Amino acid sequence: MAEEEKQVTRHDVEESRSLFTPFNMIAGIFLIVGVILAFKRFTGGLGAVTNLDHNNPWGFWIGFDLLTGVALAAGGYVTAACVEIFGMKKYHAALRPAILTGFLGYSLVVFALLFDVGRPWRLPYPFIVNQGVTSVMFEVGACVALYLTVLFLEFSPAALEWLGMKKVRKLAIRLTMVLTFLGVILSTLHQSSLGAMYLIAPSKLHPLWYSPYLPVFFFVSSIAAGLSMVVFESTLSYKNFRNKMDEEHKKSRNAITIGFGRAASLVLAGYFAIKIFGVALGNHWNLLFTNMGLWFQVEMLGFVLLPCFLYAIGVREKNVKLIRFTAFWTVLGIVLNRFNVSLVAFNWQLPMEARYFPSWMEIGITLFIVTVGLVVFRFIVTRMPIFYEHPEYSTEH
Amino acid sequence: MSETIHTLQEFMTQTKGVIYLLALGFLVSFTWFWTFLHKKDKD
Repeated sequence: MAEEEKQVTRHDVEESRSLFTPFNMIAGIFLIVGVILAFKRFTGGLGAVTNLDHNNPWGFWIGFDLLTGVALAAGGYVTAACVEIFGMKKYHAALRPAILTGFLGYSLVVFALLFDVGRPWRLPYPFIVNQGVTSVMFEVGACVALYLTVLFLEFSPAALEWLGMKKVRKLAIRLTMVLTFLGVILSTLHQSSLGAMYLIAPSKLHPLWYSPYLPVFFFVSSIAAGLSMVVFESTLSYKNFRNKMDEEHKKSRNAITIGFGRAASLVLAGYFAIKIFGVALGNHWNLLFTNMGLWFQVEMLGFVLLPCFLYAIGVREKNVKLIRFTAFWTVLGIVLNRFNVSLVAFNWQLPMEARYFPSWMEIGITLFIVTVGLVVFRFIVTRMPIFYEHPEYSTEH
Repeated sequence: MSETIHTLQEFMTQTKGVIYLLALGFLVSFTWFWTFLHKKDKD
């Protein structure tokens, strides 16, 4: 029996050292195809790889890479606010993974923007050439740049511990509270300003999704997205990087799942209510039983109200499996909401032949970007103290 | 002969009234939901 165990362990080690693991093979294919598509995009322009046109200048990359990416990266500021500002130290083990997910999420948003912006070398223009401060886009750009910097600084202690740079780490740790406040302020501005971008198009966005309160909807839903993403990410990490987690991390997993599930349930209840207020404010009850209205009901009932109750039942019954499934369901719901606002309900009145549908190359580049994120995430968590306390600093918390 | 044209302003009282009722309903149901969510902690 002991010999068998030894063989299994040896086999596992050999497999983990092999380059040809299923993950590496699939990631490699996505990366190779992505590099070819990226070459095509940057030599042939947007028209060479996308189905975008003058009616639909914002497509899959804005809907998924930007809107969904930013919403799902909200776990960083939500967890930092819980732990550092509200003093909920029992969730401390979730902080570094959440900050890392947020940091990578925002980095990938900027990376994706390089593909989506027609002249990507002009991305820094709002800061150094022409500010255009009357545009919501300026706020979007400024918040992305500033919050990405904040996330980098919030993440830096883990990297500095890995590099053994004690003095610089000490300085970075001293900045924690300031950075947390900045992170919350910038996220509040930025999550809402993404919704505010669509305020410019009341005639293009379906009335059930359009509302003067779109910025509030985006902000509130981002909190639910962030909380759910922390639970979802912790589930995936436990399956794949369990050997990198210390005992404290493993022990606090269930408490984090239940605590975040409870918060997500309350936020989703509030979000559902303000969405209904939005329908009432526009007096759009008559649209609820049109085709688009039925789709709106699927989103509201199936991906907001249902997870709200599933979370509540999971929390009451201490059923962490149900909460973890609901976290995945809520993440899906956020993706659906951002797709609805940016693609399905946008230009809804156009005839079908003028509607936008992404090309396979747009989806391919998105898969490439997500794969880059996963590879970098794996590189970091297998080297840096993300799921465990660095032995030299374990007494600090 | 002449057709009456309504503006959104004319429905403002009704719209606002519906929102106030919804808000009241939400406050009551949220309180119930809060206790539902925390009940087992007290048991």
